[in-house]
Amino acid sequence: MRLSWFNVVSLTLGFAFLYIPMIILVIFSFNESKLVTVWAGFSTKWYAELMQNEAFLNAAWVTVKVAVFSSTLATVLGTMAAYVLIRGGRFMGRTLFSGMIYAPLVMPEVITGLSLLLLFIGIGLDRGVLTVVLAHTTFSMCYVSVVVSSRLATFDRSLEEAALDLGCTAIEAFRLVTLPIIAPAVISGWLLAFTLSLDDLVIASFTTGPSATTLPIKIFSAVRLGVSPEINALSTLMIAIVTIGVITASLVSKRNLARQRKDEQLAVRAS
Amino acid sequence: MIRFQNVTKRFGEFTAIHDLSLDIFEKEFFALLGPSGCGKTTMMRMLGGFETPTEGRIELAGQDIGPVPPNKRAVNMMFQSYALFPHLSIWDNIAFGLRRDKLPKDQIAARVEEMLKLTRLEKFARRKPHQISGGQRQRVALARSLAKAPKLLLLDEPLGALDKKLRQDTQFELMDIQETTGTTFVIVTHDQEEAMTVASRVAVMDEGRLMQVATPARIYETPDSVYVADFIGDVNIIQGTAKPIGDDRFHVSWNEGQPPLTATSAKPFSDGQTCHLAIRPEKVTITTDKPDTADNAVQGKVHDIAYLGNLSTYHVALPCGTMIKAQTANTRRLSRRQITWEDPVWLSWTATAGVLLAE
Repeated sequence: MRLSWFNVVSLTLGFAFLYIPMIILVIFSFNESKLVTVWAGFSTKWYAELMQNEAFLNAAWVTVKVAVFSSTLATVLGTMAAYVLIRGGRFMGRTLFSGMIYAPLVMPEVITGLSLLLLFIGIGLDRGVLTVVLAHTTFSMCYVSVVVSSRLATFDRSLEEAALDLGCTAIEAFRLVTLPIIAPAVISGWLLAFTLSLDDLVIASFTTGPSATTLPIKIFSAVRLGVSPEINALSTLMIAIVTIGVITASLVSKRNLARQRKDEQLAVRAS
Repeated sequence: MIRFQNVTKRFGEFTAIHDLSLDIFEKEFFALLGPSGCGKTTMMRMLGGFETPTEGRIELAGQDIGPVPPNKRAVNMMFQSYALFPHLSIWDNIAFGLRRDKLPKDQIAARVEEMLKLTRLEKFARRKPHQISGGQRQRVALARSLAKAPKLLLLDEPLGALDKKLRQDTQFELMDIQETTGTTFVIVTHDQEEAMTVASRVAVMDEGRLMQVATPARIYETPDSVYVADFIGDVNIIQGTAKPIGDDRFHVSWNEGQPPLTATSAKPFSDGQTCHLAIRPEKVTITTDKPDTADNAVQGKVHDIAYLGNLSTYHVALPCGTMIKAQTANTRRLSRRQITWEDPVWLSWTATAGVLLAE
């Protein structure tokens, strides 16, 4: 099918809007000059310099640590919450609970951050990596819970009943049947929590202390002193990592789908 | 072996089972038959341990199983959706229950192989459930639920997802497997043909009550209510008033200006009592001339003919407007059809052909 001129224009406009800022950032990360807005030839020296910058590397390490711990904790808690809400039957206050679990989705981050800060000060917890992990768990848990509960809602209940019928306790049934089947949803919940934690600036800056500076905070404070090509290089690396992740995930799921389709055709023919 | 004692089950305001008592015997193939929403699935789920009775008790081999959770019962269930574990191979699906019992490895392997052989699935042991056909999945579900050698096997609409031809074959397979293993089978179905084929006894249910519990032949030939007669197979119901004429024989006056019909009944009816005469279409003879020696004969006009290959069903309208169905077997391949639309015909049946029912 040939695209009409109207379609070509709208496609170009849309993608230009989405990607021109990022393309400019990537281009200038290879700029020879220290001036961000003046092109002076191709160079990768800013990447080399970035690798020497202790402060940035430290911040990157803190960010990854926080993201791994908080997304893991959020996945465990979020999956448990989703399981109870979907499977717990109609207990008292179920509607209230399910509403409350999704509320942080629409809560302004500033308010979440501020209330967490007040809580940590109130209980006398020193601000650092631990508090950022706890804060990120709090706000990313509801995302996990949304992803997992939508999978659980379409989950055939009789699979769990069959497991019980065949001699499982409730916990065994969850471990041996439910969890392996909802695993894709749990994993994508984890990935979502991980990305949310990686790029969070607001909540982290409320709850962090001098000992734990995450990458977004570092970039933000560095930019206030002027945009350096080093930051462009760092951002380009982050874009590359996210892009590779997304492409791999979609390729894997596409291949699984193709394989399943082939299997089903095989089954039809064999019968 | 199984005894329901005055079992009542309520879901909130809704009563699914009304004060129901029932015995199911060992090695029996028992069918719970009824329209959807009649409580048959609730009965089965109570046997499986997924629901507990609100009142009354359920005994399995003399023991009250009300407080026993499903994983501690010597009862296994085959689910309507089969509920095969999609992440496990056919082999692992069948071994699942045996592994929970912590049996030694070689014993599990031997039992799984035995089950695969019984259900003719040896070739598919390494496949995943989505890699086999619907009929094969049904057999895997059966093998998995039989692997633990339960005292009682529950089958919830086991053949509902199969097409007609495969369903008929599978019905006979089920009967064979039931005989080989000697397990008590309880099957839930809304398909009366299926219940009649496989079961040694059938319970017809309606709105949480048992309407009749008997062998398929008795249910068909001597239903004890209009509901059962109407639910099982095709039937003509003629309403009238009874008049005893001795020797268990009754006259049924059903329409003014028509001579009364004669029927026999072991159950007594008083003079003038309202009754229903139920006659199966295949017991009604259709002829073009008035039969000489029939107990009952009425005249009408052919309204419709349904040709089913092996059978033909004639819908005959009587002058009073009542429609009576008569069925004949097409025993000859090339016969000129004598009776056609709008033909005046005679319908006749013997006094013992029908059943006289109070309600």
